Parts: sequence; structure tokens; C-alpha cells
Amino acid sequence: MFPKQEVVAMLLAGGQGSRLGVLTKNLAKPAVPYGGKYRIIDFPLSNCVNSGIETVGVLTQYQPLELNEYIGNGQPWDLDSMYGGVHVLPPYQRGKKSDWYKGTANAIYQNINFIDRYNPDYVVVLSGDHIYKMDYSKMVAFHKEKQADCTIAEIEVPLSEASRFGILNTRDDGSIYEFDEKPKKPKSTKASMGIYVFTWNKLRKYLIEDEADPDSSNDFGKNVLPKMLNAGERMFAYEFQGYWKDVGTIDSLWESNMDLLDPNGSLDLSEPSWKIYSRNPVMPPQYVAKDAVVQNSLVAEGCNVYGQIDFAVLFAGVYIAPGAVVKDSIIMPGSRVEEGAVVQYAIVSENTVVGRDAVIGARPEEMDNKDEWGVAVVGANCTIAPGAVVPPKAMIEEGTTYEEGTK
Amino acid sequence: MRANNMLGVLFSNVHDEKIRELTEKRAMGSVPFGGRYRLIDFPLSNMVNSGINKVGVITKNNYQSLMDHLGSGKAWDLSRKREGLFILPPFGDASSIPNSRLEYLASIHRFLENSREEYVVLSDCDMIFNMDYSQVLAYHLEKEADITVVYHFGKIPAGSGDPTVYTIAPDGRVLDMLVSPNMEGDCNHGLSILVMKRELLMSMVGDCVSRNMFNFKRDFLQRNVKNYRIYGYEFEGTVLTMCSMNAYFEANMTLMLPKVRAELFNPDRPIYTKVRDDMPARYGLGAVVSNSIIADGCVVEGTVENCVLFRGVKVEKGAHLENCVVMQDAVIGANCRMNYVVVDKDVQIKEDRSLMGFQSYPVYISKGAVI
Repeated sequence: MFPKQEVVAMLLAGGQGSRLGVLTKNLAKPAVPYGGKYRIIDFPLSNCVNSGIETVGVLTQYQPLELNEYIGNGQPWDLDSMYGGVHVLPPYQRGKKSDWYKGTANAIYQNINFIDRYNPDYVVVLSGDHIYKMDYSKMVAFHKEKQADCTIAEIEVPLSEASRFGILNTRDDGSIYEFDEKPKKPKSTKASMGIYVFTWNKLRKYLIEDEADPDSSNDFGKNVLPKMLNAGERMFAYEFQGYWKDVGTIDSLWESNMDLLDPNGSLDLSEPSWKIYSRNPVMPPQYVAKDAVVQNSLVAEGCNVYGQIDFAVLFAGVYIAPGAVVKDSIIMPGSRVEEGAVVQYAIVSENTVVGRDAVIGARPEEMDNKDEWGVAVVGANCTIAPGAVVPPKAMIEEGTTYEEGTK
Repeated sequence: MRANNMLGVLFSNVHDEKIRELTEKRAMGSVPFGGRYRLIDFPLSNMVNSGINKVGVITKNNYQSLMDHLGSGKAWDLSRKREGLFILPPFGDASSIPNSRLEYLASIHRFLENSREEYVVLSDCDMIFNMDYSQVLAYHLEKEADITVVYHFGKIPAGSGDPTVYTIAPDGRVLDMLVSPNMEGDCNHGLSILVMKRELLMSMVGDCVSRNMFNFKRDFLQRNVKNYRIYGYEFEGTVLTMCSMNAYFEANMTLMLPKVRAELFNPDRPIYTKVRDDMPARYGLGAVVSNSIIADGCVVEGTVENCVLFRGVKVEKGAHLENCVVMQDAVIGANCRMNYVVVDKDVQIKEDRSLMGFQSYPVYISKGAVI
């Protein structure tokens, strides 16, 4: 028997993230690099630790190798504790049958035994594709105060965008009377953040019922939450204020990285009381050379900058050669941008070499047809030949040697 | 393979008096260096990268900051069930606090006795280089030596504390050894690295103590040049010696040279240090940065030329820094002008201040000062 944990967090990290294209070809979405040194999963994991949650189950399914390796024993997040800590929970065989996780609710259902070991009062369900800093302990306190069965975190979104989200319609006391999934005519602007606090014995009962329902797709949003609401359980919306961004698409991932460069932005990663932990590379400090021009940028350890960067996010060990220009772009660990190359509005993945005088992406104002414009993406371990041209919105597969446009 | 039957012993307080300003509140080993390191990171990482699993760190005084830095040894992969990191504070009561290197070695007799490794490597913390000690051990075995000392051929850095100079035969045998000679020009000077059998170290230390001899260089080494097979191993890489404030300043500045960085920060033998989980360095609008080493967590909005900025330093708008070494979490206010200044940790320089040193005499601002 393990000592009781009041709260156990379950992090849904099995999604494929297909909208991130080549970035998630061999990588689960939560392991996608973000912000110069982080991976997306650092945010929910650090939030858990900073909120005092010491037991976290990470449910993996899609391309888990790198994610598993990254989480390891949880030491970088202080989650290598004696009883709790971080546990990677892949689907497994039992008896005669084995099941992939069919849906978000099924993933938790399959790990009821894991949760029961800690005998928790509350279970926090999180997803691995958002960038935000949030104190879950305040949300749990709200859940207790309202004597709720389920509390859903909610953020105000502009009315014009509300139809992209799951909208929570609430009464004056904050209780939810209706879920509106991507409504055409939204009644409120309270968008669900995909963060749930459940009273465990209630959730446990609904998970078992939902599993027995052959018509259910075993999804929280589609099945379990509506069932709970229809049965009259106490469900509340918890208002969150602050930075929150889904980074599930190339554009939103790019934007969210650029948000870090805004000095007046609301996402501050330097706050000592709420650090975002990550696995740190062992590298010397960065070197900025004599003729380099560096502005409005975020630069990680081990970088060597000889060229010009503006609105750039450079991950560890990136090399920017003399005369190279990187603007409004993200360059992931270990990549090189050689002399005279120009990278604009692009995401260049790990260990890629951008050859001399190559051009990647373009500024929107340079485009005749704005519809053809978009962030260019180069996968990991690519070689962009000297003088090659990668057009905006292009997506170069991992490991490609790209020569188009060379003279 | 990580086990090589060698024990590491590090002296963290040697030559504290050489850079008195920096060691007033800390041991030599915890003097900050190169943007994100402490001096002890170099010898300690060298040991770990050489396959050493057990390291004893001898401390003398002011070792709180050192212990804070080392913690459990996790960052060096030395927090282990079998062996790992051992901090060895002074042993005994006030009247018997050891005073010399030999007394320290005598005082850690129990630690040496309880270790299982056949060989031991001794190292100081005031010189930094990236060296593979397993090659020194291989040389030691090949020469069937009793003691192997490591030397560097070149000029003795000005201000070195009691440097040793070796006369070495073509086969590597040490024929003669001088302590603090009046030497101009190139010579074989010692790097205070020494490899020998653990048992032999213990018996030689016991022999010296029993004769009331407490000078390591004269009584332990020099006296025994003829009695034991002492060999010299030449290290040809970059050596930076912290033997004065000027030398410390210049050593930081040397990191701007790509060749020095490539050698010291060889990716096959990385230098480990305490993890701080800072965000990457952020450069603001109007930042002008040239020929500088900058660590994570810095926020640069002013002008920085030929500087080393440690983790978490803030340079506000309009500030102009040239030739400065600025340690952790210092804040340089708007429109400050600074040239040849060494700024210690947590210093706050308010707006519009002007501080100028000179190349031969960098100004030092002590830890936590508010100007």
C-alpha cells in the first residue's frame, strides 16, 4: 500500500498531433521543442510540481520513444520521489485482450488500478499540448469549496474566435448547465481549456459506466462530461486568467514562440517562484561574435551567433554563420545556418544544415498572393543545399536532402 | 565502461589568498567562472569524464557556497549508491585544524583507507583545463612509475603561488624538482595533478607526519625524487591559472577565442555544473552585443562588448558595458557606463552610474553591493 495522495494528475500525452506535420512524424506532440529550451510537456509537468502535485501519470501511445527518454525518472522536474513521482503509462496487455487507448476517457479507465494505488480524493486530468502557467492547487481548492464533482478550467476568448472552442455555458454561481462544442452561435465566451478536476470516486463510476456503453467513443468531451451533466452532477467552471495557447498547429506553435519575444507579453518564464523545469543540455554559454547583430531574440546555451538575428528563437547548440540572417523564425537544437543563408518566417527542426546562400520562407509583405504565404517548416536532420530555395508554407520531410532552386 | 579503479581527491581551498577579493566569502573551488561555471566544475568534470566514480572534496573554510553548489553531486552524476561525491570538511577540534596539504591528507586517512580504488589522482581547483586523467593513469602504468606528476611546458604564469619546475629525462623520469625557483622563459611547470597508488600515498603521508614534515612539495615530493620512480606527463592543452585578479579577468576574456572554447568545452568531455533552470537569454529591442559570452537567464537590452555575463544578469536599456565580467543575477541599471569591471553576484548598479577600471587593474565590486 502506498501512502495516500490527495491529488493525482493524469497527463494525456498520446495524441499524434498530425497538424504539426513533419515535427511530429517521429515524435509525440508533448515532446515537441518549444521556447529555446523546453518541450511542451515541461509546462504541465512543471505546473504540477509547482502546484504541489507529486504523483503524475503520463499516458503515452503515439511515438513514445523520445518522450519516454525525455521524462526518464522525472528528476529534472523533481518528480523522482520515493512514493509518487512521474510514471509513464503506455497501453498494455491484460488477460487475453490488449487495447490501445480508444479515447481520452478510456485511457484513464485503463489506468484505474494505477490511480487506486494512491487512494486519491481528486484526479486532475491534463493534456500535453498547451503552453500556460497555472496553479492547479487553486483549482482544486475551488473544486472543494464548491463541493463539485467536476471542475473545468475556462478562459475568456474573443467572441469572434469562440466557435473554435468547446464553450461552457454557466449560471451565475459558476455551475455549468450546457456544453457547446464549437458552436456556430456561441452563447458565452468561456472556452474549456481541457483541464479537469474530478472527485475520484465519481469519475471512477462514470468511467466504468462509459466503458460498458458500446455506443460511446470513450472521450471526455464527447461522452463522459455530457453524461455527468445529464445525470445532474455538480459541475463548475473555474476561471483562469493569464497566458494560454494551444500549440497544436504550425501557426500557433510559431506564434506562441514569438509571444516569448514580446517584452510586454503575458508569458514570463523567468519568474523564480514558478520556474518551468526541463532537461538541461550540458553546454557552455552562448557566444555572440564581434559583427553579430542580435535583437528581440531568445538564445539558448551552446549557440554561436556570428550573423544577424531578429525575432528569432534559437535552441541549444545552434550555429548562425557570418552573413546569415534569421528573422521571425525558430531554429531547433544543433542546427546550422551557413553563410549568406536567409531564414524568415520558418521553423527549422533539429540537426538540420541550411547551406550557404539558401533561402527559407519569405515575409508576408513580399508575397503577391497572400494565400500562398505561411510558415515554412524544415524537418529534422535535413540538408538544404547551398543556394536552394524553400518556399513559404513548404514542409520538408525529415532527413531530406533538398536541392530545389539551386542554380 | 565507467570504472577505472581510480579515486579522485580535490583540494578546494588552494591558493585562496591569490584572489582574496573573490575568495573572501567562498572557497577557491566555488569562484564563478566563464558565464555559468564554478572553478571546481572543471577538475570535477575531468574526473567524472575520466571514469572516476568516487571523489573526495577537501574543504578548509568558507565552504558553504561550495556545498550549496555541489549538493548531492547529481549534476556530475556523482549522486550514487555505490561511491559518488564525498565532501571532506576539516577533521578534529579547533587546536588541530589542519594547515597544510600534507596535514589535510593525513586528516582524510580514514577516507583513503576505506576506499577500494587502487589508484588516486590529486588535483587543485585554481587551474582549469580539460584533461583525461585515464590517459595519465595509462602513462603511469606504462612507465611503472611510483608517482606521476602532470606538467605543462611554457612560461610560469606571473603571480603563481610556489610553482614547481621539473627537470625531466627523455624517457619522462623526473630527475630534479625545484620549488618557487627564479625562472624566466619556458620550463616544465607542474599543474598540481598527481597520480599514484592509494596505499603508497597513505604510507608516504604517514612517513612525513612521523618526521614532523608538513610541506607537501618539499617533504613529500622533492625529498623523494631520488627514492621513488617519479615520472612527468606532459599536458599540451590550454591551461588557465587563477593566480591573481588580472589572471582571473584575462582567463574569462580568453573564452572569446573559438580555439580555447573548443578545447575547454570539448563535447566528448563536457563540463558539468549545477542546473538552474533559467530561461534562455533574452535580447531586447536595441540590444547591441559583440564578442561576448552570455549565459542563460540573461536579459540584455543595452550594449555589451567583450564581456562575460553569468546566468540571470540584467543589462537595462542604454547601459554600455565593455570588458566586464558580471556574475549571477547582477542588475546593471539603465544608462550605466562600465569598462574593465568585475562585478560579483547579486550586485545592483543603479541608473546612470559610471565605473571604469583599466586593463591592468579591473575594478572589483563585491557580492551583493548596491551602487
